[in-house]
Amino acid sequence: MRRANPVVLVLVLTLLLAGCAGGDGTDDGRVTLRFQSLAWQQESVEANKELVAEWNAAHPDVRVEYVQGSWDSVHDQLLTAFEGGEAPDIIHDASDDLADFAYGGHLADLTDLVSDRLRSDIPRRSWRTTTFGDGIYGVPFLQEPRVIIANATWLRESGVRIPTPGDPWTWAEFRQVTAELGGDGKYGVAWPLKEPVSATLNLSLSTGGQLFHRGADGKVTVRFEAADETVPRTIHDQVNTDGSASDSTLGSGGSDTLPGFFGGRYAMVPLGFSYRQQIVQQAPEGFDWQVLPAPAGADGLSQGVSPQTLSVAQDSPHKEEAAKFIDFLLRPENMVRLALGDWMLPTGTRALEDPALRTTEHDWAIGTALAGHLRSAPAQSVRGYPEWKDKVATPAFQEYYSGAIGLDELRRRLERDGNLVLARYQR
Amino acid sequence: MRTGTAARVGQYTALFGYLVFLAFPFLWLISTALKPPRELGSLHPTWIPRDPTLDNFRQAFDEQPLLRAASNSLIAAAGAAVIAVLIAAPMAYVMARHRTLLARAAGGWVVVSQAFPFVLVIIPLFLVLKNLRLINSVPGLVMVYVVWALPFALWMLVGYVRAVPAELEEAAAVDGAGRLRTLVSVTAPLMAPGLAATALFAFVTAWNEFFFALVLLKTPEKQTLPVILTHFIGAEGVADLGPLAAAAFLATLPSLVVFAVLQRRITGGMLAGAVKN
Repeated sequence: MRRANPVVLVLVLTLLLAGCAGGDGTDDGRVTLRFQSLAWQQESVEANKELVAEWNAAHPDVRVEYVQGSWDSVHDQLLTAFEGGEAPDIIHDASDDLADFAYGGHLADLTDLVSDRLRSDIPRRSWRTTTFGDGIYGVPFLQEPRVIIANATWLRESGVRIPTPGDPWTWAEFRQVTAELGGDGKYGVAWPLKEPVSATLNLSLSTGGQLFHRGADGKVTVRFEAADETVPRTIHDQVNTDGSASDSTLGSGGSDTLPGFFGGRYAMVPLGFSYRQQIVQQAPEGFDWQVLPAPAGADGLSQGVSPQTLSVAQDSPHKEEAAKFIDFLLRPENMVRLALGDWMLPTGTRALEDPALRTTEHDWAIGTALAGHLRSAPAQSVRGYPEWKDKVATPAFQEYYSGAIGLDELRRRLERDGNLVLARYQR
Repeated sequence: MRTGTAARVGQYTALFGYLVFLAFPFLWLISTALKPPRELGSLHPTWIPRDPTLDNFRQAFDEQPLLRAASNSLIAAAGAAVIAVLIAAPMAYVMARHRTLLARAAGGWVVVSQAFPFVLVIIPLFLVLKNLRLINSVPGLVMVYVVWALPFALWMLVGYVRAVPAELEEAAAVDGAGRLRTLVSVTAPLMAPGLAATALFAFVTAWNEFFFALVLLKTPEKQTLPVILTHFIGAEGVADLGPLAAAAFLATLPSLVVFAVLQRRITGGMLAGAVKN
């Protein structure tokens, strides 16, 4: 008779012990709020944890528990938690992810919970990103414009005009500059367009592009008009006509383009403002880079953003306490700490005035100069947008940018196929 | 003779190439984990880091509770592997030896159940576990992993049972062994490689599983390694590559150890089976 394998016995015993140790902890009578944060960069996580510790030290009756979430999977994770009635009390997310949760009744309406201070400190255009119907379902607190990170030495030596927020390039001028900079296996620009839809739509606000039009009946339709054409046509022509933009980066994410940028293959890369952190970390010694504003169109430097937000779960039994914690977390001085940790811009007017965010170091000042031009992303409150984006717009833009289809076919797909998708959500 | 040598050289070359192909992701992971940020951003990446550093490992441990997460993963994966095999083995035996209509229907259901997507089952499962007060508990996660691993484990073990000649069991019965004695002394040892392979499959599946762990475990103390690894990834897929690679490298080690331990049993069992056949 063989003896039982000791390894198996140990594993079974370990499991049984783990089972006995299960449970959610004790209830000591205090209010405990769970705050799920999506902070991920070291400085940002530290800033969040420090602020939670400061709150807990000052509020012994309302303890906040920091829970680490992840951007990669937040939507599915929250959806399940909402359906199961186990959502965190305070939820960190992005405004473009809130619409379904807000309409689904999972998020608390903060209209009467947000303090007057916060309400007046954050501009109306930012509140619009979290307003669905008559309610406010999140507090927008961090945002980032899309900027152009440029090889400063390359630009200086080429003699092209260096744009500033006060005197930006037009889209036509941008195309001309990239054509001047490219050649001999090098490119004026590398567009990382793995996610082409939000980049295109947000930048198209500068030329007056809307794409989504809400009718008198409240229903949204897609119309790809002349103002929507400028940005995609510029990118298409840079890649396919001028050869001034690398076609190999069209399917890449922002980080993937950085080695080529550092290696002198591309003069410029359009990226989110927070990418400066990676550039500071990874750029070779002596690499001289600078931040430029994205090109401007008929509507100036306007561009769409989906700010990071803090919301309160509808099921939370302590909504007022949660709102007070959010108010604490977003005091101007704290908003600055969070913004510095994430290398992003705060939405709060007073926080934006902080000298730490107006320094020329790492071109913070360029970003703060752009903050006033940031608008609610065009797709912000359009129900069915995620499906339209994944099934219709992403492949259509990818094919257009690679030169596989023309502008008319792009328009046809965005409008005809897109409106069929949106109609299903608006019956 | 010369032709034989050439063939052998060709075989070894092909084998070496295949090993390199298999090992490439792992070696690249180690290389990345040892590179400082500036080397990670190089246009011409190097196999061997020019300026190797352990800072990524230090940062990974500083930022995230990797050891606690590894312990949770180990409990969940080992528990799932042991329980899945304990449940699947007798079921597989019955299905393999008694080919009734019910056994065939059960086999069909096993195949169909493999087609269910995660999203279809996750919310009902979440509600069931909530009612059982097993949300945010590693035993709850083990239960899910067992259920998830069972169909395929069953499928694998049915094959292994069928590979054991029924004549051996009949011979044992003729020699006077009872049903239980036959199963324990004759069938089970011959199935050892199959049991080990099935346990390994269940272990690796549970060890790498992300989605169930993400939605079922709420507090950081309970989270498993795959969930913790995503904390190094930001919005739009931006990643803190060095610490992520360091943490991912550490996360692969237990799987390799378990595989190394069980692999001897799989190989030994297979050889034993070959001789008996």
